[in-house]
Amino acid sequence: MTARPDTADEPPTESDPEEVATMLLSRVAENIYWAGRYLERAEATARLVKTHTELYVDLPLSAGVGWAPLLVVTGSHDAYQAAYAHAREDEVVAFLVTDNSHTGSVVASIGQARSNLRATRAMLPRRTWEIVNELHHHVADTGHRAVDRRTRLSWNEDLIRRCHLVSGSINATMSRDDAFSFLEIGRMIERADMTTRVLDVQAGILMGDDGHLDPYADLTWMAVLSSVGAEQMFRRAMGGAVNGPDAVRFLLRDTSFPRSVEHCLIEVSRWLLELPHQERPMAGCAAVQRSLDAVELDALDADGLHDFVDELQVGFAELHELLTGTYFLSEELAAT
Amino acid sequence: MTRPGQPGDIDGASRSTRPRATHATRGAHRNGSTPTLAGPWAGYDSGDGWDEMLDGATPRPACTGVMRYLGALGDELLERQQAAELAIRSMGVSFTVYSEAGNIDRAWPFDVIPRVISTTEWRRTSEGLLQRLAALNLFVDDLYGDAKVLDDGIVPREIIEASPNFREACVGARPAFGTWAHICGSDLVRDADGTVYVLEDNLRVPSGVSYMLENRQISKRVFADVFRDLDIHPIDGYPTRLRSTLAALSPRPGEPPVIVVLTPGIYNSAYFEHAFLAQQMGAHLVEGGDLVVDDDVVHMRTVGGLVRVDVVYRRVDDLFLDPEVFRPDSTLGVPGIMRAWRAGNVAIANAPGAGVADDKVVYAYVPELIRYYLGEDALIPNVETFVCLDDAQRSHVLANLEELVVKPANESGGYGLFMGPSSTEAQQEEMRDTIEADPRNWIAQPALALSTSPTLCDGQVAPRHIDLRPFVLSGAHPYVTNGGLTRVALREGSLIVNSSQGGGSKDTWIVDPDVVRLPDGPPPHAERATNRPSA
Repeated sequence: MTARPDTADEPPTESDPEEVATMLLSRVAENIYWAGRYLERAEATARLVKTHTELYVDLPLSAGVGWAPLLVVTGSHDAYQAAYAHAREDEVVAFLVTDNSHTGSVVASIGQARSNLRATRAMLPRRTWEIVNELHHHVADTGHRAVDRRTRLSWNEDLIRRCHLVSGSINATMSRDDAFSFLEIGRMIERADMTTRVLDVQAGILMGDDGHLDPYADLTWMAVLSSVGAEQMFRRAMGGAVNGPDAVRFLLRDTSFPRSVEHCLIEVSRWLLELPHQERPMAGCAAVQRSLDAVELDALDADGLHDFVDELQVGFAELHELLTGTYFLSEELAAT
Repeated sequence: MTRPGQPGDIDGASRSTRPRATHATRGAHRNGSTPTLAGPWAGYDSGDGWDEMLDGATPRPACTGVMRYLGALGDELLERQQAAELAIRSMGVSFTVYSEAGNIDRAWPFDVIPRVISTTEWRRTSEGLLQRLAALNLFVDDLYGDAKVLDDGIVPREIIEASPNFREACVGARPAFGTWAHICGSDLVRDADGTVYVLEDNLRVPSGVSYMLENRQISKRVFADVFRDLDIHPIDGYPTRLRSTLAALSPRPGEPPVIVVLTPGIYNSAYFEHAFLAQQMGAHLVEGGDLVVDDDVVHMRTVGGLVRVDVVYRRVDDLFLDPEVFRPDSTLGVPGIMRAWRAGNVAIANAPGAGVADDKVVYAYVPELIRYYLGEDALIPNVETFVCLDDAQRSHVLANLEELVVKPANESGGYGLFMGPSSTEAQQEEMRDTIEADPRNWIAQPALALSTSPTLCDGQVAPRHIDLRPFVLSGAHPYVTNGGLTRVALREGSLIVNSSQGGGSKDTWIVDPDVVRLPDGPPPHAERATNRPSA
């Protein structure tokens, strides 16, 4: 019997599979892109809830700050109104943080990021997947502490830290391959989108205010910056006092602050450059950057800012469509 | 190639010189130090069956070191079990259970007490498995080629003609190395007298190997303190071996092969495993929709455009593989992939049609097939099997239903079994009618008293029945895993080990009884420096 093999035999050597490993399936790319968006959304929403709670606690009742703006910022006003009559604190917070049936909630976003990464876990460092998986279990186990005001701040701070653990693990252990590019592009588009929403709603309220918020302008503008974690970096860049135009400029145009819209777009184009066939999405990204550079920020009043933010958001949506058409739609790819 | 000792007498040497402890001699340890079964082990009694760990109260030769370690742990064993369950949760090791309420993702059930097999025994078992797979592959290749085996009357022609797993579309195909079943999971069981049998061969899309690998990761985490001392044979070479088995099939030798794992998708019960293996092999995890066949060549849709695929490790059943050839309503498969395979432009593992040998009726003929193709006696015996298609054998089955286990020819996962000894007369009557209506589809076997292994149940160690699924790779460089996936029936007295039906699992340790000796001295969680024998 000559065919009898020897189990101790070494397997044949094979050429380096590295070249192969960088070919990314369209379906997988889309999954990863959305995982990036969901992870960013979860962190951003937790930060919004935390900041708004702090502001709410600081301001006197007469300032009239309620919870509806949070729903507007997160684009979930309509979904909320379908389920609840009034924007009550506990209900709004539960809706934004722990409500699994609301797809934009922190818990649902983490759940979706996990299931996307689960479907594509071959692309991710194993420990990173475990951290996301643990995060998912963590929010399911402890979500009840997210709503009560006594535990809300610490829960959301902890959640943000855990999200940073995910980003850190990705940054420290994942090869800069196509999968990484899609993850980053997803994160950056989501982040830029969130920054513009915060500006639109909160800055819009402040700039269009009839004057009754004036005594607290410093506090509220600082809350706007905090909503995207920018307060400290803003102070370092701009000096002490906070004023509206500086804050708007910082959040839109500062090239070094990682949550400014400008910075996010720079990152998007940077990771697009690593991808094949990037011409069309790159042009879409450049178009948004051009309008960001062209606008006269100082000349904008509340309405002008609102219109400009609308223009930016339309640009992000177009960029998303270009990515979908270029990379995710398999029918179009098959035709190329 | 004949071997000393009767076939399947794989623990022969130790059994002939060391008669089983009787109740009278139980507790009398060979070298005088009587290990008492204390703590969670108190009262452990495997009865008259064969226990894998203990012969009475005495550890079997390969288990001496393991038992000394586990015994010294005392109640800490329970903490290790908790640690294991925590690790499983955080690693996300899970399997999917289908229910009316939807698909539930369940944590993988794992028992922390390992199942130990001696290297001597394992060497012979591996030989037997390689022998078996060599014959099975020759058989499948023959069936889709000249079918000499049918002409020579070794296997009755009508069995193959009536086989739901024989694929006309495969006749005349010539896969590389004549290998059809590249990956096989054969289920092994041990009877009360210590004999190991092959219970079945899974040649379609056998699953479980990822759990075997994960079980090892888990036990390394929770028994980190002892792993080196016990010299447990490593198992993590499997993904590399699997990759080279698949790579060798590439129709474009010399080019870096593009290998994909074809999964039915995230809702499949084995999805975890598909993703795991793709990751471990550096292969692409694809679904049917990711692949497209153009000009008899398979491509995958990537962000950079279409990329040619060389090898498809498919975890999709034959019938769903290609709607052009098999089920036209399949959305899991790839239209045209069979054309590409027949044209030799893509390799598929396991090859379509390999399942014809994964049929419990064909199983009955495997010892004959080994003799026919290899001129050897089977090294691991079959369980005695009665083929209901045969008139004489059917009469025997119908007359003795209450003593037999009756199995459908082509079910997996432990479904459709009829357990004679626990059946009612009404059930026997019903079974009788079912067999007579479709004798081709039924076989019967004597009910085996499966061996037991100590298992943690509600804080106590208790004997539970187990089996073993080793994995065999065939092709350019055949390979058998070091051990396999041990499955355990967690319910007392139950023989059903399938995870979909409440079964659990254990890590399987291949241990050399001549090398491994933990000293009698300090307990293993104390100072370790002296634990390594100097000789």
